Amino acid sequence: MHEMSIALSIVEAIVAKAREEGAAKVSGVDLLIGKLAGIEPESLKFCFAAAAKGTLAEHALITVEEPEGVGECGECGKRFPVNFYYAECPQCRSLRIKIISGEEFLIQSITIEEKGE
Amino acid sequence: MCDTCGCSGDGGVVLRKPGGSVEHGDEHHEHDHKHHHHHHEGSSRKVVMEQDVLLKNNLFAERNRGYFEARNIFVLNFLSSPGSGKTSLLEKIIPALQQRFPVAVIEGDQQTTNDADRIHALGVPVIQINTGSGCHLDASMVNLAMKELDLQDNSLLCIENVGNLVCPALFDLGEALKVVIISVTEGDDKPLKYPTMFHEADICILNKIDLLPYVEFDVAKCRENAMRVSHNLEWFEVSATTGEGLAVWQEWLEKRVSHS
Ligand SMILES: Nc1nc2c(ncn2[C@@H]2O[C@H](COP(=O)(O)OP(=O)(O)OP(=O)(O)O)[C@@H](O)[C@H]2O)c(=O)[nH]1
Ligand SMILES: [Mg+2]
Ligand SMILES: [Zn+2]
Ligand SMILES: [Zn+2]
Ligand SMILES: [Zn+2]
Repeated sequence: MHEMSIALSIVEAIVAKAREEGAAKVSGVDLLIGKLAGIEPESLKFCFAAAAKGTLAEHALITVEEPEGVGECGECGKRFPVNFYYAECPQCRSLRIKIISGEEFLIQSITIEEKGE
Repeated sequence: MCDTCGCSGDGGVVLRKPGGSVEHGDEHHEHDHKHHHHHHEGSSRKVVMEQDVLLKNNLFAERNRGYFEARNIFVLNFLSSPGSGKTSLLEKIIPALQQRFPVAVIEGDQQTTNDADRIHALGVPVIQINTGSGCHLDASMVNLAMKELDLQDNSLLCIENVGNLVCPALFDLGEALKVVIISVTEGDDKPLKYPTMFHEADICILNKIDLLPYVEFDVAKCRENAMRVSHNLEWFEVSATTGEGLAVWQEWLEKRVSHS
């Protein structure tokens, strides 16, 4: 259940930010989770609901953007989509591939409700 | 961990020393248990964060790393599925390594001090982190544990992570190198099934080679699979039971520690 401890750290980070901004609650969270990041967005969303209970972020709506993996060939420089770490260059068959995108794991932004008077 | 809400994400982390004291490692857990009943909501707005989700862990890891570097402590993070032989390997090589430099161990398991007790029997400083429901060690747990250990300058610290090939890959502990162990009973396609772990690893140790005659396991294939996922992987083949191959790995390690 590593998604649970990750969900807790997301809640902690966004609640701290929301407080700093004087928010009454957090209504939305935008996450960026690359397809190669090793995180299951669905199970993270599920855990988030539990992790956020009783906090400013309870009921926050989670939106996840999932950038595709992109590899770059270390031999010929070709860039191409990859699903795995063990991709092969479609141009020169090299296995020396550097991952240049798809490993992102970021809290991009939160939407907060400001305190009404 | 948290009596108020019963949350158990890094559920009930406890540090234990064989024959020693127990400490709860939950100081780093913050929580908001207030209930908010705001019936008159104001306007909503977007706040940009662009923050790495693992930021807090990464900051702790860098703190640990700075401490280790300042004191010239070489740190290895051992990762594998349950039962691949992490503790057995440590039991086997530590007595020899101890002749060269001081060694200390941090053991991570969900429950029990069994592994710490096995290391303690070697006369090495050891501390057990019980992660409760948590399935990996994180850098803040290591930070707490290392303060409880009497670490010496110019030494080796081995951290045995919780047996799990998935999420320990995501959590930097501040180690110098990640060592992934697989055993010949696990299938030679393991590196392809758990690419994140192998991609992060610096060293791969194939253990239980004494069992090769009895199982279907293609060593060359496994090595090739591992190399595809991580191009600069150092590869060793050993048996913790018979001791085969251990001298090679030990020699490599001794060189790394004394040159660090
Ligand atoms: N035949 C054989 N058995 C081994 C070898 N190394 C370990 N074992 C056995 O494998 C089992 C598990 O070994 P451990 O060292 O406890 O494995 P571990 O990775 O520390 O396990 P966890 O901490 O539970 O994840 C034990 O029964 C060991 O005796 C080996 O090289 N050959
Ligand atoms: Mg063990
Ligand atoms: Zn985990
Ligand atoms: Zn190419
Ligand atoms: Zn709690």
